[in-house]
Amino acid sequence: MKRHSTSRFNVIASPYAVWAALFIIAPLIFVVYYSFTDASGAFTTENVSALSKYLPTFLRSIWFGIVATLICLVIAYPTAYLISQKTENIQRTMVLLVMLPMWMSFLIRTYSWMAILEDENGIINGFLASLGLPRVHMINTSFAVILGMVYNFLPYMIMPIYSVMAKLDRSMVEAAQDLGGSRLTVIRRCIIPMSMPGVVSGITMVFVPSVSTFYISQKLGGGAFDLIGDVIERQFQQSYNYNLGAALSLVLMVLILISMAVMNRFTGDEEGMAI
Amino acid sequence: MKIGSRIYLFLVFFFLYAPILVLLIFSFNASNSTSVFAGVSLQWYRRLLHDSATLQAFRNTLVLAVSSSVLATVLGTAAAVGIDKMKKGPAKTGLLATTNIPMMNPEIVTGISMMLLFVFVGRLIHMDAVLGFGTLLIAHVTFNLPYVILTVLPKLRQTDPNLAEAAQDLGCRPVSAFFKVVLPSIMPGILTGLIMAFTLSLDDFIISYFTSGPGFQTLPIAIFAMTKKRVKPDMYALSALIFVSILVLLLLYNFMQRKSDERARRKEK
Repeated sequence: MKRHSTSRFNVIASPYAVWAALFIIAPLIFVVYYSFTDASGAFTTENVSALSKYLPTFLRSIWFGIVATLICLVIAYPTAYLISQKTENIQRTMVLLVMLPMWMSFLIRTYSWMAILEDENGIINGFLASLGLPRVHMINTSFAVILGMVYNFLPYMIMPIYSVMAKLDRSMVEAAQDLGGSRLTVIRRCIIPMSMPGVVSGITMVFVPSVSTFYISQKLGGGAFDLIGDVIERQFQQSYNYNLGAALSLVLMVLILISMAVMNRFTGDEEGMAI
Repeated sequence: MKIGSRIYLFLVFFFLYAPILVLLIFSFNASNSTSVFAGVSLQWYRRLLHDSATLQAFRNTLVLAVSSSVLATVLGTAAAVGIDKMKKGPAKTGLLATTNIPMMNPEIVTGISMMLLFVFVGRLIHMDAVLGFGTLLIAHVTFNLPYVILTVLPKLRQTDPNLAEAAQDLGCRPVSAFFKVVLPSIMPGILTGLIMAFTLSLDDFIISYFTSGPGFQTLPIAIFAMTKKRVKPDMYALSALIFVSILVLLLLYNFMQRKSDERARRKEK
């Protein structure tokens, strides 16, 4: 008697299959449907052709996203490496400290940056003034927007890189050292290649929310640096042009899919994410 | 080198905690400024206790987080068990790929895609205010499900399929064999998924922003409405309270884990 039966489809998964069809697949079909219809439901390509007007916004979003992701990578990589070198108990505490800010509303943390960066009453400028130094204009600049992105998404870069580094085979590193590799050579030839899966997953985890953000740019950019997320948000919460909003989202989605495919090809990562 | 690395780590952590430090300090501010400190006072905390709208939003957030995480855990565990038993094929691949969609898609796209579905269906059934607790619950369960499934699946792969068979050989029915043998061994995965779903739901703003209506506000949405105006330190007081409670919870969790590690180590000896 064969009890351990496997089949193509298992009934126990069917409630989820129905749920996924209704609330994951169907909403995406609606994005496509709304992109190619007008308010009355008639077919139109007007929304898609209106997109060229938003090309500068798209380019700015991608540019800011790339810069923020690179800065995160540069800050996070040494951080993850240094944490992975500590004793187990210290590692655990530090990981906790990295994750703790993520559990606080990002709205409030971003708002708090406004208080730090402000011109007149800002904390940094107040400090500079008390030292008799000239004030620095920071709020409502592209610097502030990118700072907000780096701040909010840095833990998403540290965590995956750290989890790969913590699992790195120590004996490989020791073998490289035994074979005469200097500290730098070991890092370059051994640690960096082995930590690639973490880097790839960190890049996606920072790039996707940076490109699509809408709150950070409004608060720290003062509305002068519209990102694609801001435009989409306005279509749904202010001007109620769902069709244009859907078309913008569709392009954003396709854009992110393409950039991820390019990155996976570029890094030659076969195993995919290492979360 | 040692000192250099210490300074580096200190600077990174300082960067991560600077805004939190600022809001902790200014939550005790005597004036209503969020950047000029005028002396210590507890007035914003006192005011918070009497702010019925914020307290209601907090209750709503808890209700939503508990119900959506429990629902997602039940649905997701069943899904993981089913997927684990499936043979390789288009059904399994398709189901796994679909599970990845909400994790890969930008949150704003997930949010507006569900909003479009809800609005469309609402128009079909001639319901004007379709967005509310129901739609929020559906949205939260949907973005929680992948996290539950992807934490339970690896645990299922680790459990020995012979265990369930052995239980059946010893006279267990298949269903009770599952509850007595398989379920306990995947329990850690289920709990991790539940906790993850709960915290994600608690903190979610973007997806909730597009799928909620004026009738049911969660805390992040209430905070968003507040930050549109000039913010007073009452919001800082609120976040300070949230921060301290999360800190205590995490320290407790950390402490318990350390204890259980020590116990495991002693057993090994």
